Amino acid sequence: MATTIAQFENVGLRYGTGAETLSDVSFSLDTGGFYFLTGPSGAGKTSLLKLLYLSQRPSRGLIRLFDTDVVTLARDRLPGFRRRIGVVFQDFRLVPHLSTFDNIALPLRVAGVEESELVSPVNEMLAWVGLADRASARPATLSGGEQQRVAIARAVIHRPEILIADEPTGNVDPEMAARLLHLFDALNKLGTTMVVATHDIHLLSRVSNAQMMRLDSGRLADPTGLLRNPPREAGRGRRPKPGA
Amino acid sequence: MIFPFSATPAERRLLTEGRLSGPMPWVIAIMMFLTVLAAASGLALANAARNVTGGIANRITVQIVEANPDLREEQTRAAMAALAAMDGVSHVARVPDEEIDRLIEPFLGTAAEEEGIPVPTMIDADLSEALHAQLGEVEADIAAVAPAARVDDHAQFLAPLAGLIRSLSWLALGLVLLIGSALAASVILAARAALNTHRSTIEVLHLMGATDIQIARLFQRRIALDALFGGAVGFLSAVIVLLLLGQRIGAVGSELLGSASLPWTAWLVLFVLPLAGAVLATLVARFTVIGVLRKML
Ligand SMILES: Nc1ncnc2c1ncn2[C@@H]1O[C@H](COP(=O)(O)OP(=O)(O)OP(=O)(O)O)[C@@H](O)[C@H]1O
Ligand SMILES: [Mg+2]
Repeated sequence: MATTIAQFENVGLRYGTGAETLSDVSFSLDTGGFYFLTGPSGAGKTSLLKLLYLSQRPSRGLIRLFDTDVVTLARDRLPGFRRRIGVVFQDFRLVPHLSTFDNIALPLRVAGVEESELVSPVNEMLAWVGLADRASARPATLSGGEQQRVAIARAVIHRPEILIADEPTGNVDPEMAARLLHLFDALNKLGTTMVVATHDIHLLSRVSNAQMMRLDSGRLADPTGLLRNPPREAGRGRRPKPGA
Repeated sequence: MIFPFSATPAERRLLTEGRLSGPMPWVIAIMMFLTVLAAASGLALANAARNVTGGIANRITVQIVEANPDLREEQTRAAMAALAAMDGVSHVARVPDEEIDRLIEPFLGTAAEEEGIPVPTMIDADLSEALHAQLGEVEADIAAVAPAARVDDHAQFLAPLAGLIRSLSWLALGLVLLIGSALAASVILAARAALNTHRSTIEVLHLMGATDIQIARLFQRRIALDALFGGAVGFLSAVIVLLLLGQRIGAVGSELLGSASLPWTAWLVLFVLPLAGAVLATLVARFTVIGVLRKML
């Protein structure tokens, strides 16, 4: 039986005093699943992901992550949870004065990994995203696609349990988009739960077994109720655990 | 084990460390210069007040104002004998005539001696504190044997001076505290400015799971270095000024000015000031940064 890594129940989000940006959002994400989040610009995709990567608290509703209620979670317990999440931001958010190597090493350094122990994993990651020869380059000297790969490498270097990517193919050509998606698929097969926001319809067909979530004006379309109550029989999850 | 105030080498690479950035170290240097000067004058004045009151406050001077020189001599001896016989009188000495001549010379010229103007004799006596408290009885005892005696209490005319010196040293302490608060305020501003400059980096670090303490360490380390540098510059400049000033005071040779010298304990206090300034700056930076971070989720 697939376990649940994240669960939203009747979540609403309101910025300031305006109308609700997200209303009555309910869904459940399986551990090891691959999810696409789509919807028109301004529908609230980034807002939903922010709730998921703990950058924002909801105005109402319940959010459980890693089997913990994160809405009422004490502020000083957030860092521990955030270290289990990888995020690819819509605008990369690379640290401008740090080299490619140092940007990718950030999550490890934050987690207190010894310098001697982080060199080889970072170099491995650099090679994996094809940037081994740009290790000492600053973000400003990288192309958009290269920056995107640095952002992705940084998001996965610490082997997060869930990877949240916001429009990770927004600024690259279709060929690069396909390559990145291939990368995500590989990560997913290694066990990482993937949540990818995109309005690139072509991406959706590239991952078999991916589930679709569609946001429209802050509401999640769920006509069959499958997002809210995913079927729990063995074999229905993307990668059921042996013996489940 | 990591000292809680210092960032590890790994953490240090999370933020750029533009040391001696902007006017911050120089502002601290100026403030430390002023603090050390104010503290030095306060300490010197406190020392002077102690010397003035401690050294001669319990001293009295007995004048025998008698025109007849024979009678004057007789009463002087009688008064000295009476004083010496009292309990709690530690030192009785007649002020030599030459010294009295020297004292009145500016007023009367050398003519006083030549023209036979009668000059009183003077006796200095140091009393115990207990005896000094009963000065009236002492006066009466002396008057019994030397009717021409007039007793001058040093404490009486030193009291206003000592009071002035004491309030000046309190003023100096107030200045030190004021400058200290100004230093803290400028550290708060500098820390906020640094936070704003690095805001996006901090947000990213936060979302990666960096704790407030980790991020605060990065800033306080930088500000501690700035404060140490500025403090050292300000301290050394102030010490140079103080040493030059000390030379000038020595050249004047005035006893009162001379009593305002700095004992070695005072130098120790002054030396602690830049270190205290650096610790203050570090703590203020830490609490400012943590305070700002707490407002982020
Ligand atoms: N910090 C904020 N303060 C106020 N309003 C916000 C904030 N962030 C987003 N919004 C509003 O919330 C709505 C949803 O924004 P959001 O960024 O989640 O959309 P999105 O689906 O990610 O859009 P896009 O596809 O263009 O990235 C928008 O109307 C936006 O103006
Ligand atoms: Mg968005």
